[in-house]
Amino acid sequence: MQALKRHIHPGWLIIAPLLLMVVALYLGPIVNIFWLSVTDPEPGFGNYAKLGEGGALIRIVWTTVRICIITTAFSVVLGYSIAYALVHAHKRQKSYMLTLLLASFWISILVRTFSWLMLLGRRGLVNATLEDIGLIAEPIALMRNELGVLIGMVHYMIPYAVLPLLVSMQSIDQRVMDASRNLGASGSQTFWRIYLPLTTPGLVASTLLVFILSLGFYVTPAVLGGGKVLMVAEYISVQLLVTLKWGTAAMLAAIMLFGVLAMLWIMSRFMKLSTVFGGATR
Amino acid sequence: MKNGLFSHFNRVGAWLLLLFLVTPALIAIPVSLTPKRFLSMPKGEYSLRHFQKLFTSEEWMSSFFQSGVIALSCSALATVLGTLCAIGLWRVSSKYSELVRAFLLLPLIIPQIISAMAFYRLWIPLGLLDSYAGLILAHTILAAPMVLITVSASLATFDPKLEQASKNLGASNWTTMRRVILPSIKPGVFAGALFAFILSWDEIVVTLFISKYNVYTLPRRMWNGIRENTDPTVAAAAVILIAITLIAFVVSAILSRRSAKA
Repeated sequence: MQALKRHIHPGWLIIAPLLLMVVALYLGPIVNIFWLSVTDPEPGFGNYAKLGEGGALIRIVWTTVRICIITTAFSVVLGYSIAYALVHAHKRQKSYMLTLLLASFWISILVRTFSWLMLLGRRGLVNATLEDIGLIAEPIALMRNELGVLIGMVHYMIPYAVLPLLVSMQSIDQRVMDASRNLGASGSQTFWRIYLPLTTPGLVASTLLVFILSLGFYVTPAVLGGGKVLMVAEYISVQLLVTLKWGTAAMLAAIMLFGVLAMLWIMSRFMKLSTVFGGATR
Repeated sequence: MKNGLFSHFNRVGAWLLLLFLVTPALIAIPVSLTPKRFLSMPKGEYSLRHFQKLFTSEEWMSSFFQSGVIALSCSALATVLGTLCAIGLWRVSSKYSELVRAFLLLPLIIPQIISAMAFYRLWIPLGLLDSYAGLILAHTILAAPMVLITVSASLATFDPKLEQASKNLGASNWTTMRRVILPSIKPGVFAGALFAFILSWDEIVVTLFISKYNVYTLPRRMWNGIRENTDPTVAAAAVILIAITLIAFVVSAILSRRSAKA
């Protein structure tokens, strides 16, 4: 006992409650998902073979990946613009910008989805306004299609894209930029050849974070897609709650989980996971 | 780079983007004031009938109450567990503790739909489905990493020499924690508690899977309202949610400003 005490730091005693809880109630059932994917309804890789058969399943996976890639591209580019302006703004303006960014971060996803429903519907505010000023004669379809899902998702993901970029931009030494200018580089040369490469860790972290979060996104696609745009998360929920096919759902979840863990591993090469969310605290 | 044309252009763009992030949510306010029985923009006439309906509806009120109980319990539990864990990890700080820290952040980043599936599967045999305990436990596991992050950020600025001094002066581990460490990381603990509260108060995906009749939280009721897409009471509820979020936001902004000064 004494020997054991000497080897184990007493700090572990207060780490244990949370750690044990997460291992027992979270890690356990997640590992169980992998297990289910090869045992339900019968042992073997039958569930995974379904992917190869083509048809609906592979189309859903493809739709999900495509929407996630487009969402990530828009969110990161727009997020870069916000982060850049924020880092280079004067102190007062900076705090206003940060306030707006965090406010949007905090507004409930349900409230935001509901608002988009009101704005983008056939009789929504956007269509009504466009008709009033005579730009369109008929309402245009802004939701119940991929466009609606993309608008909702990009809107939700931009703040997540900004945070890792902020961390990365704040750590850049401004003197490097000054040196580049002194040596005769133009503003745009300095940006493209010095600034942008220096923010690579932030760009990678931001891209992967948004992509990961988009992959499993449920609320916005389910509501703004209106049943027309079926993504993996919604498909999993239908399998579990309606058709009770745990095997298929577990297989899709296992693939998604595998992808997420791989991307997290890449991300951890570029930026510490705990600092990814920390950009706003400084 | 400084004050270039591009920089100005980008700043204007960034402001527009930030407004784009915040303003759409505000449309719930006019919609909630419509005098009509269906979801619509009010034209000239305004009415508070949907707020009246919200506050006199037994269903909505019970959802407010249930969400409040669950979010407060989750926040308390996650704050205690997360704070203890953060202090422990900070004290140990070895290769293994960093591994544990990365592991404990997983619930925050693993897609919610997968977490929902995991809880659903385990809660069935444990008999926790559709119960307060089940929701509080699940939300706590999702929220504790938030607390871990905010408290760890506070600890990063805490001088370990203070802890040494306290111990040299004869204080026990427990006294040192209570009288020296905890007071200095208070802003992080409060911020964590607030984040945990909001996370639970807003949580919908996991909740959709593990609750059914007995426990019907506010997001759950809103989700139904949104999918049916007719009753303007949802808009009134959305306005109340925005108001609560703003209050929580102001509180956290004041806290973080105070901690920045200290």
